Amino acid sequence: MKIAVCVSHVPDTATKVNVGAEGKSIDPNGVTYVVNPYDEFAIEEALKTKEKIGDGEVVAISVGPDANKETIRKALAMGVDSGVLLKDDQFRDSASVAKALAEEIKALGAELVFFGKQAVDYDNSVVGQMTAEYLGYNCISVVVDFKLDDRKVTCEREIEGGKEIVSTTLPVVITTQKGLNDPRYASLKGIMAAKRKTIEEKQPAAAENKVEIIKMKKPASKQPGKVLGSDATVVPELVRLLREEAKVI
Amino acid sequence: MGKILVLLEQRNGQIKKASFEAAKAGSDFANKLGSDVVGLVIGNEVGDIEKTGNYGVPKVVHLKNTELENYSASAYTKIVADFIKAESVDIVLIPNTSLGKDLAPRIAVRVDAGLAMDCLDFEFEGNDIVATRPVYAGKALIDVKVSSDKKVFSIRPNVYPAGEPSGSPAEVDVKPAADIDLSSRVVELKKSEGKLDVAEAEIIVSGGRGMKGPEHFNLVEDLADSLGAAVGASRAVVDAGWRPHSEQVGQTGKTVQPNLYIALGISGAIQHLAGMRSSKYIVAVNKDKDAPIFQVADYGITGDVFEVVPALIEEIKKLKSE
Ligand SMILES: Cc1cc2nc3c(=O)[nH]c(=O)nc-3n(C[C@H](O)[C@H](O)[C@H](O)COP(=O)(O)OP(=O)(O)OC[C@H]3O[C@@H](n4cnc5c(N)ncnc54)[C@H](O)[C@@H]3O)c2cc1C
Ligand SMILES: Nc1ncnc2c1ncn2[C@@H]1O[C@H](COP(=O)(O)O)[C@@H](O)[C@H]1O
Repeated sequence: MKIAVCVSHVPDTATKVNVGAEGKSIDPNGVTYVVNPYDEFAIEEALKTKEKIGDGEVVAISVGPDANKETIRKALAMGVDSGVLLKDDQFRDSASVAKALAEEIKALGAELVFFGKQAVDYDNSVVGQMTAEYLGYNCISVVVDFKLDDRKVTCEREIEGGKEIVSTTLPVVITTQKGLNDPRYASLKGIMAAKRKTIEEKQPAAAENKVEIIKMKKPASKQPGKVLGSDATVVPELVRLLREEAKVI
Repeated sequence: MGKILVLLEQRNGQIKKASFEAAKAGSDFANKLGSDVVGLVIGNEVGDIEKTGNYGVPKVVHLKNTELENYSASAYTKIVADFIKAESVDIVLIPNTSLGKDLAPRIAVRVDAGLAMDCLDFEFEGNDIVATRPVYAGKALIDVKVSSDKKVFSIRPNVYPAGEPSGSPAEVDVKPAADIDLSSRVVELKKSEGKLDVAEAEIIVSGGRGMKGPEHFNLVEDLADSLGAAVGASRAVVDAGWRPHSEQVGQTGKTVQPNLYIALGISGAIQHLAGMRSSKYIVAVNKDKDAPIFQVADYGITGDVFEVVPALIEEIKKLKSE
């Protein structure tokens, strides 16, 4: 069975965001890029599933510029078999990314596809669901438990104040949430092996953006407030302020 | 200009509060664009639908089916897409809840609409709509222009002002939902016992490594209980296994925007701040006066949580009993 895992290459979560000169995206100066944290759960689950089935092939796919190869390379080092870069230097909205991924997944014939639940750059949480829709696949998002039994899929997904148990069948897109698994580290052997694995470069389906970023800005910066004191004696004052000034209790 | 559709989310037969915020947004859109707004509820028995009228949506269609007590992505996508076609809807508004996040992208693709998620605010430029939304967990905002004919927006809960309920109740048109596609469906709902979720709470009390151990989180819970608040946590304590991941606030946890956020023994690492800095009011209790949490706190106490928190619980209880 072929399993696809879609990975995005994003600024490290420790990044201090500054708006770039064109005013539409972040200033890349001094920014370190990493595998999107949620995509590590997707990679791990794809590898675990292949191991459980006992045969198969896991392919990592990313849409974006050359730099995304770093993230694909990391997936290969963790044990993914091969990679595909759908190369594009231009901005794509989520639907255009999804469309490109869907075409590649269809060409691969993968019936099981893992995504992270969210890329921590634009925080959209949509590319997995959109790709499923383009493919006509079922989709379960924000998954913390995944079970595959022949073609039957049962997942737990996190919702407000609880969990939903969702049942469906292959072909399916799963988007992964923390708690699903503990992503493995790339071993030295894995890193060496990754050097010999191929990353195929392809032209993605043409982009037709319906959404355009016109401006990026910093949120109004919060002024540090008052330090009321250093012990419990100021508690009555705090409660008074919360009640009378902030009016939140 | 086609209609504006507000998707009203129900859980356990109750309309969720975020749906009324979306309803108010729908009514504002209708006024701005000179078009009609209609509400849609999918479910079995659902109470309080007519209240939607108090937020400016005069008519709601309730598509009813016993199989739709719980969410089904496949059924909802088809029902909403069919409704959009049948009623010539151009704009869809959905609360950005776990249901909305799952559904909005599927609908957008199905009806070929431009999509903006987690919107805070909107501006109208002729037929185009510019939405403001947070990125990088709120470290920045972007304005996105959606210029396709059909548009789908999800709206962040607890931000769009719903205002006081006024006006008359909505006219509710109940119809059977036929032909439902249950190829994927919720077969069971597991509720965390009586707990409020940080994503939905108006007040959050969060504990960090400064609480020193899971056995001391009863202090965090007691304070939360006295305020009717949800319990949150930093990643350090989630990773240590002291608290469940569902409580994690921050860039790789939940992004929250409550009216009041109380941080107890949390240093305020950049990833934590990213998830809670847009809370309306922030209180921090931390021994270290240089902790970055004080950079965003409206009210700070540079003291020991084990001394301050019991006093705070006491004081709140006193206030609530008055
Ligand atoms: C990829 C990535 C993603 C991340 N995502 C998140 C995220 O989503 N959410 C998140 O929270 N973190 C996240 N982090 C982790 C983050 O960097 C911090 O490590 C974490 O937030 C620290 O948690 P803390 O404040 O509880 O602990 P610490 O930083 O150890 O702070 C404990 C604080 O308690 C104070 N203290 C100690 N004893 C007392 C006392 N008796 N009374 C009062 N104060 C006391 C100390 O002064 C200190 O400031 C992420 C990190 C990475 C690398
Ligand atoms: N450019 C991309 N290439 C490949 N996968 C992507 C890309 N962007 C997003 N994804 C996948 O879609 C998930 C959700 O991303 P998003 O909808 O952007 O928050 C991510 O966790 C990735 O698995």
